[in-house]
Amino acid sequence: MNLHEYQARTLLKTVGIPMFDGDVASTPTEAESIARRIGGTVVIKAQVHSGGRGKAGGVKLARNPAEAADEAAQILGMQIKGLTVHKVLVVPAAEIATESYVGLIMDRETQRPVFMVSSAGGVDIEEVAAKTPEKIVRLPVDPTYGLFPHQALKLAFVLYRDFAQVKAAAKIMEQLYQAFIANGASLAEINPLVTTPDGKVLALDAKIVIDDNELYWRPDLGVLRDDSAEEPSEAAARRANLSFIKLDGNVGCVVNGAGLAMATMDLVKYYGGDPANFLDIGGSSSPEKVINALKIITADPHVKAILFNIFGGITRTDDVANGIVAATRQFKVSVPIVIRLTGTNEAEAFRILNGVGMTALSDMDEAVQRVVKLAQEGA
Amino acid sequence: MSIFADRNTRLVVQGITGREGSFHARQMLEYGTALVSGVTPGKGGQTFEGKVPVFNTVAEAVKATGANASVIYVPPMGAAAAIIEAADAGIPLVVCITEGIPVLHMSRTMPFVRANGLRLIGPNCPGLITPGAKAKIGIIPGNICSPGRVGLVSRSGTLTYEVVNHLTRNGIGQSTCVGIGGDPIIGTNFIDCLAAFQADPETDAIVMIGEIGGTDEQNAAAFVMEKVTKPVVGFIAGQTAPKGRRMGHAGAIISGSSGTAEEKLAAFEAAGIGIMKRPLDVIELLKGKGIKGVKSKA
Repeated sequence: MNLHEYQARTLLKTVGIPMFDGDVASTPTEAESIARRIGGTVVIKAQVHSGGRGKAGGVKLARNPAEAADEAAQILGMQIKGLTVHKVLVVPAAEIATESYVGLIMDRETQRPVFMVSSAGGVDIEEVAAKTPEKIVRLPVDPTYGLFPHQALKLAFVLYRDFAQVKAAAKIMEQLYQAFIANGASLAEINPLVTTPDGKVLALDAKIVIDDNELYWRPDLGVLRDDSAEEPSEAAARRANLSFIKLDGNVGCVVNGAGLAMATMDLVKYYGGDPANFLDIGGSSSPEKVINALKIITADPHVKAILFNIFGGITRTDDVANGIVAATRQFKVSVPIVIRLTGTNEAEAFRILNGVGMTALSDMDEAVQRVVKLAQEGA
Repeated sequence: MSIFADRNTRLVVQGITGREGSFHARQMLEYGTALVSGVTPGKGGQTFEGKVPVFNTVAEAVKATGANASVIYVPPMGAAAAIIEAADAGIPLVVCITEGIPVLHMSRTMPFVRANGLRLIGPNCPGLITPGAKAKIGIIPGNICSPGRVGLVSRSGTLTYEVVNHLTRNGIGQSTCVGIGGDPIIGTNFIDCLAAFQADPETDAIVMIGEIGGTDEQNAAAFVMEKVTKPVVGFIAGQTAPKGRRMGHAGAIISGSSGTAEEKLAAFEAAGIGIMKRPLDVIELLKGKGIKGVKSKA
């Protein structure tokens, strides 16, 4: 789960990381009063889960409170990469001496949280990593012990010569690690970490991604989710406990299991079609899940045909068949459905479907070819 | 022979009285697995299905029944602790089926697992099955498998079944099928399984089913080039997946430009791994590498 910059700032402030003053606003009036309190020139930043906010016109300077209100009015409601801006962050336009990068990620290879620091900050760190990896210093942390003081100092010395700044940065490293662990993060990033002309070290921008698996037992983190920042169909799917990602094609896919769901999308493409979504209904698929899945897929007007691809292991194919029958009784599905079922209780599933005049296939390739053809005819 | 699970496997089920645990324990018993005990704290002294003794701790189960492998069906919040308990009880093979364990829990658990020298498979995996030894540890449906000489390793569940089903229907049996799991931090990776299959005299060829995210497949391809002399064929799921989105599995995500299907397929190609463009291709590719549809005598 991605957090907004203003939410990440709050979590970093909680552990004591020094930051410029600033606050979040939902209206131009709020932006104006924050700008008045801060005084001087401020920056208004759109709060959306998207890179390239500046290029899209979502980051603006305002020299006084009235301008802050005007700029906020421009940015609020703006679309950036398909996402509507509902909030802006108002921060002072501070004078900056140096910019660095400090990030902490959960690394798959070392299976540990890994610090990445670079004195080349404020830019796209992935680009730095790809083009000049020697400019990034990496340090894995053993989570059994946490970040040792000498490790924090080592990282800080990568960034600064002045020992007062080194000590300040080392403390920030320790605090960032603390925030990472306390919030079950998979990424916590300060980009940039800046120094001011008078020598202070502060975090200017923050990004935190929370491990979705933490949310089951951390309702305090769950409330940070911004439903409006998601594709509406994806938010609806999440509430129905379905793993769903919307794509641009016209073949709707309902599959059990993530790997098979990806392979199904790939096979749709292989046979010349274009998948409309990724959808994993999971292992124990109740008829309810199938109904919800069909509702979400049929709400997409681009979908011209729907494919069910179910390999029954734990999933009982008769449950899925019952779900399909129940769904088509509840609401009209106006596009053709191709059903592929095989595995646990398949004879019963075929009987259920045949009972209402529906048919099913047992071969995946045959089903995909058929649904691709139907989608092309319907387009 | 086979890898990891064989005729000497004596299994304990952690979480045997739970909904998932009891369902799959029954399936494993039906398949013929030597399921010798179960563990659910607070339910020690009970008997499962009239024949499997239930204990309060793994250590008791090991002592009383000689269990040498464990499978975990404990809910996400207690699953990492269950792995540690099994490790502490000296179990050399632990298979964790549970999906949804926080990555930080696994990051803290892995140093303990390594220090104790056990083999952990998973988490978030379907487990493994050795059809020739009637040893099924996990949730892979036994009826789609058949004994034979092709080893299979996969990050997925149902996609594995799809491929195994093609193999069995075409008379190509399996030595062992291992699902290593879809999480970012897992105990056993592709290389571990490739090395084991390479060393197993009863495995003639290897099928690898990977997916987007991470570098495990790329590392595995490099390993194949250097160390594997047996024929290998492979598939990568998620060729049409968008960047930056978690495709169901917590580990199936393209971060930035790394972990793409193209990158992994290129590594396969460079290593001489036969590339399956679709699951069905496994048959022709194996035949091309001299593996015929002949069932083993095992």
